[in-house]
Amino acid sequence: MANERGDAAFVAFEHVQKSYDGETLVVKDLNLNIGKGEFLTMLGPSGSGKTTCLMMLAGFETATHGEIRLAGRPINSVPPHKRGIGMVFQNYALFPHMTVGENLAFPLEVRKMSKSEIESKVKRALDMVQMGAFAGRRPAQMSGGQQQRIALARALVFEPELVLMDEPLGALDKQLREHMQFEIKHLHERLGVTVVYVTHDQSEALTMSDRVAVFNDGRIQQLAPPEDLYERPTNSFVAQFIGENNTLPGSVEAISGDRCTVKLTDGSVIDALPVNVSKPGDRTLVSIRPERVEFRDDRMPADTHKLEAEVLEFIYMGDSFRTRLRVAGNDNFIMKCRNAVDQRRLNAGEKVVIGWNVADCRALDAA
Amino acid sequence: MTDATAGKPPRGGQMLAADGTPLKVSLRRAMRAQKLRALLLISPLLLFVLLTFILPIGDMLLRSVENDIVPSTLPKTVVALQDWDPKTSELPGEPVFAGLHDDLVIAVEKKANTRLGQRLNYEYSGFSSLMRGVVRDLKSMDTSRPFMEQFIEADKKWGDPAVWRTLKTFSGEYTSGYLLNALDMQRTENGIQMKPEQERIYLKLFLRTMAMSLGITFICLLLGYPIAFLLASLPLRTSNLILILVLLPFWTSLLVRTAAWKVLLQQQGVINDILVWLGLVADNARLVMINNATGTTIAMTHILLPFMILPLFSVMKGIPPSYMRAAKSLGANDWTAFWRVYFPQSIPGVGAGAILCFILAIGYYITPELVGGTSGVFISNRIAYHISTSLNWGLAAALATLLLVVVLALYWTYDRIVGIDNVKLG
Repeated sequence: MANERGDAAFVAFEHVQKSYDGETLVVKDLNLNIGKGEFLTMLGPSGSGKTTCLMMLAGFETATHGEIRLAGRPINSVPPHKRGIGMVFQNYALFPHMTVGENLAFPLEVRKMSKSEIESKVKRALDMVQMGAFAGRRPAQMSGGQQQRIALARALVFEPELVLMDEPLGALDKQLREHMQFEIKHLHERLGVTVVYVTHDQSEALTMSDRVAVFNDGRIQQLAPPEDLYERPTNSFVAQFIGENNTLPGSVEAISGDRCTVKLTDGSVIDALPVNVSKPGDRTLVSIRPERVEFRDDRMPADTHKLEAEVLEFIYMGDSFRTRLRVAGNDNFIMKCRNAVDQRRLNAGEKVVIGWNVADCRALDAA
Repeated sequence: MTDATAGKPPRGGQMLAADGTPLKVSLRRAMRAQKLRALLLISPLLLFVLLTFILPIGDMLLRSVENDIVPSTLPKTVVALQDWDPKTSELPGEPVFAGLHDDLVIAVEKKANTRLGQRLNYEYSGFSSLMRGVVRDLKSMDTSRPFMEQFIEADKKWGDPAVWRTLKTFSGEYTSGYLLNALDMQRTENGIQMKPEQERIYLKLFLRTMAMSLGITFICLLLGYPIAFLLASLPLRTSNLILILVLLPFWTSLLVRTAAWKVLLQQQGVINDILVWLGLVADNARLVMINNATGTTIAMTHILLPFMILPLFSVMKGIPPSYMRAAKSLGANDWTAFWRVYFPQSIPGVGAGAILCFILAIGYYITPELVGGTSGVFISNRIAYHISTSLNWGLAAALATLLLVVVLALYWTYDRIVGIDNVKLG
């Protein structure tokens, strides 16, 4: 995104490392450029270092090594209150002893703005999140969703160019969470503010972000737009972390261009797209999305190897059918078919032949 | 029990249970067993508290106004005195003297005369010896002669109307004398008045007790707040260790700790020695830090500090660090974030710690007794003196009652200003 917009990185991490105990690195050599106006999500399991990165950016943690720049200025030694970064916390962190209005006025008061200016800005921010009538309430008198909106308004009221969000929707129920995702997304589009968003919820990351950085073990595993992340994962971790995924272990027999043949553990051979393998003999984990697996002859590509499979379980899911298969010794191979008029339902014990497009079957690292 | 009755609409606004009884009655019946069980469970403690706490305290408070001894020892005198007007300078009539004679004969038999003399001596000094003298002469008195002359012959003081005025004033079953005394006031011919300047002690003592308690509470807050803040922000393992250090004094006897302060603070003590050695204080001008208000303040601050730190800590522990972070991310510097965001949320802890320290301090006895000297003693030391040395229990009870009233009044004011539901101990 940064390059598409044609400006230098707004936020830059350069060779950033972080250690809490001096023995292990929580963040290992992080390099990341975030463009102005971008919505970037840091996604990863807990303990992957994503929150630590956010805290270093906010100034609550100091980088052990490396440099963090904001708008070209190194901010490693700038205290948090001088960075001018808005932040939304997981538990909202609305000050319980102040009313909503006072909460919103707080960042403006510490900036020594005039009374009338504060009043108009607070009003505008509250209207922005459709909470205009709540200025006199205390945080404890509001629901989680309302508090979340106030926290959002408070992070935006002093018009920061960068807003950090640390799992802001984690405490909300599913329906409200989805609704708030859209609201945050729309606010971002309307205000053009740069957002760095941390979550462990992949659907949240996919629906909201311009780009997603998948964290694991202190490193960014893949940094890509949501579509690339889902369709074209570059390693096994990302393939398995994002969405549902079938994996088959094996070793590479031959590579030619954008096609390789992989010999699975039971001896059967399939075709795959070489992503993380370089030479014959490499161990690999082949990954296929359940919805890209086909069992009907008329939909199967012609020139690829097929596999025999045995149906173990058929699960009716409403909009789709899930079929659990035994494939090449793997009992948890899932095939997902759309519930269409002409769709055939398989029965347990049935033997079928399955196949897929080579491009959908990615030969990744064996780790 | 039929469905038809259960389904009936409420008649006259009263819900009915399935068997037709009003729902409230039936609920009460169902709950009775539970209530009885709860009452049984707490009854031993209730009984214990009643017998060892509420009754003795009630009895003690009653003593501050009780004056049974005069009317019960001198029944005839009291009756005879009713006709006498204490405002005149004349002596009461012969019947009063005769009554006193008869009463005293019985009192001597019952050996109640000494206590009576003591009691009246609180109000009129010299009454005790007056009583002793007349009891000595009682046997030689001639019942055929008027008693008035014989009494005045025995001691001129019986001819002083002030003696009779005192007797009359304190002849009721209840008296405000002790309470007035505790407030440095007295009843004179011209009504209730303050005692002469040099005889006033208790008001000064009350004021000193309150002022020093406030001071000690404030010092505790000043010293305890940063400790509690540090404790609350440290990782659990370190904070537990420091908490043990905070609680360590609790494991040592109060007496030992106070004695230790004596060793440290006295003029030939450790602190003075070090100051002299450092050359900060001349050898002949060693600091007087014990047996005065300074000693009391230092020792009591040390003893009460944990009572300030613990509630503060437990409240601060409950303040998520994200509030301070939020404040800083919104542009507040460290001090503003603390003062505008953290401190207001720690107020319940400050309130709890302060009220705990203050109430403990205001009734403190052992430490002021041991290190207070004369300028550092509290009202409770005076109460103890009257209980165990002067044996004026009525005055001790009156002082204790006033102390209780003061504490309750302060508590009420506190509730008004801070709100007692704002206080959080854990």
